[in-house]
Amino acid sequence: MAEGLTGRGASPVGASVPPGEPLVRIRGLRFAHGERLLFDGVDLDIPRGGVTAVMGPSGTGKTTLLKLISGQLRPASGTIEVDGQDVHRLGRAALYRLRMRMGMLFQSGALLTDLSVFDNVAYPLREHTRLPEAMIRKLVLMKLEAVGLRGVQAQLPATLSGGMARRVALARAVALDPDMILYDEPFTGQDPISMGVLVSLIRHLNDASGLTSIVVSHDVSETLSIADYAYIIADGRVMEAGTAAEVRASRSEWVRQFLDGLPDGPAHFHAPAPDLMRDLLGEA
Amino acid sequence: MLDPLARLGRSGIAALARLGEAHLLLVGLLGGTWDTLVRPRLLIAQVYGIGVLSTLIVVVSGLFVGMVLGLQGYYVLSQFGAAESLGIMVAASLVRELGPVVTALLVAGRAGSALAAEIGLMKATEQLSALEMMAVDPIKRILTPRFYGGLLAMPLLAAMFSAVGVLGGYFIGVGLLGLDGGAYWSQMQAKIDFSDDIVNGVIKSVVFGLVVTWIALFQGYAATPTAEGVSRATTRTVVHSALAVLGLDFVLTALMFGE
Amino acid sequence: MARTRTIEILVGAFMAAGFVALFFLAMQASNLSSAPAGDGYRLTARFDNVGSLKVRAPVSMAGVRVGRVEGIAFDGSTYEAVVTMVIDPQYDTIPDDTFANIYTSGLLGEQYIGLDAGGSPDYLGDGDQLIHTQSALVLEQMIGQFLFSKAQEGAQPQ
Repeated sequence: MAEGLTGRGASPVGASVPPGEPLVRIRGLRFAHGERLLFDGVDLDIPRGGVTAVMGPSGTGKTTLLKLISGQLRPASGTIEVDGQDVHRLGRAALYRLRMRMGMLFQSGALLTDLSVFDNVAYPLREHTRLPEAMIRKLVLMKLEAVGLRGVQAQLPATLSGGMARRVALARAVALDPDMILYDEPFTGQDPISMGVLVSLIRHLNDASGLTSIVVSHDVSETLSIADYAYIIADGRVMEAGTAAEVRASRSEWVRQFLDGLPDGPAHFHAPAPDLMRDLLGEA
Repeated sequence: MLDPLARLGRSGIAALARLGEAHLLLVGLLGGTWDTLVRPRLLIAQVYGIGVLSTLIVVVSGLFVGMVLGLQGYYVLSQFGAAESLGIMVAASLVRELGPVVTALLVAGRAGSALAAEIGLMKATEQLSALEMMAVDPIKRILTPRFYGGLLAMPLLAAMFSAVGVLGGYFIGVGLLGLDGGAYWSQMQAKIDFSDDIVNGVIKSVVFGLVVTWIALFQGYAATPTAEGVSRATTRTVVHSALAVLGLDFVLTALMFGE
Repeated sequence: MARTRTIEILVGAFMAAGFVALFFLAMQASNLSSAPAGDGYRLTARFDNVGSLKVRAPVSMAGVRVGRVEGIAFDGSTYEAVVTMVIDPQYDTIPDDTFANIYTSGLLGEQYIGLDAGGSPDYLGDGDQLIHTQSALVLEQMIGQFLFSKAQEGAQPQ
């Protein structure tokens, strides 16, 4: 059933696949970081116009996945298509054209430290458009207003809190009105209030401008509360896929452990090790 | 038994790969020339960071080196009754060797390490990736202006070093030790050749400027994006720059002054 | 904006200082100010032996520098050294019977050409040749002559 819907290629493992042509289509992705195999044949579809969550334990390569989608890293094998274009077959100029349609929110915000908040948000506009300065000012102020931080436009990023820096970075990511935004762990290390602000901002921005959002996170409840679709990846494979409700109701033992945060289960509390007694009694 | 051999081979291959990466970066830097030319504002900011901020240390060092040369030169030359040649000795050693070399070492310590740390931190805090994602090439926009800033600042700093050093030697030799001021200058003018000495000194400092900024930018750009990686990159910048400058100085001297 | 302007001014001052330093080195500390690049008129002279005379060595009259050596060549037919020198244009009254000698400045100094003015009313012009020349003194020859004359002095009284 799923194969009929997506048209070409095999569909991801999930039961219900989002309808319509996906914006991002990943097939047979393999990627190794040094000796460690991060992805071993991952298939993933990101539908247009929704919020898709990609969740998994720390160290499963969720950030790497975003870097692969945006063409900053090259897979060992497999293809990643964004809007029908194979990201890793594009030349530099074409890749940059594609990236102008993507925004990315980095974990740290990644604001340019020697520019003010205003100049940071204005940076992509000044780089890629020939708009007059008055127009840029209006656009920047509107973007900053959307994230509620018009008041700090003259400050340097170093004076902002982590949550505010992330919101400024979000304003910068949407400055060029992209089609898609990639969020790298947007909730990590946030106090409950700024977490709540970010959660609603992501949903609100997505719906207000008809974006496609990919949220990579291991904060299960916050992420699922705003996601339309969700993937859970671990051990280099897709463990579960489907709508947020379907994933939440998953019966897979492993997924249950991850979602409910149980200390022991299919993923063990102990790292693989020889028998404790033998280790203790053996010669040092 | 073959393990040490394999380890040697592995480190050799790794070093070669790094050298290759460094050269790719250099090609990228040269490729950003046009982008830097159309944005002179970025270049000015870097000439400030590398040149203006290094001026004080370079000028003060130049003054002291010149004064030491004046003292030492006087003691040696006066034993041969050739104290009038002090001007030649001070000027020749400054313009040919000490000016370009000491300036390059000072700039590597003062500005090169700062460059490596800055680029390394931008990498560690994902600023370089963020630029990539904004479809802006960080090599062209961030690294190339710094490269040309260093290339431009180095010969000017070396000239200041030599000029101040010559004045320092004059101060010691003529002001303190009572040599004839006219002899100091005229001997210098008679023996220091514009194209052989001064132009060659400038060529040296341009080469050193290229090498020092290139090493600093590469170490920053290739740094492991952690606090430890950045600190290692700054250390390496100073060590590699010093070795490269001294080694290249020998080669350039042999090419320029060895007939 | 004020900060940008300060930086621009400082960079301007820095570059000006750098160029001033270069200019100072070029004019005050090197021979650039005293070398009129190539203009002047050329004279040639033939010597049996130029010793260690170098290109760019000074040419002086009465101890004043009037020009410099531009080229040293070997004439294969006469087995002589042909020295071309450039004389600064203001010194255009050198008599055509002037003597050209190769002198050494000091005991171990460099060699230079000294011109001893003659008494002729005609002056040398561009491309002319100095007829009267005296070669460089070669230390070994001098010592050899000295020993030879001493030996003869010792032999005569008997």
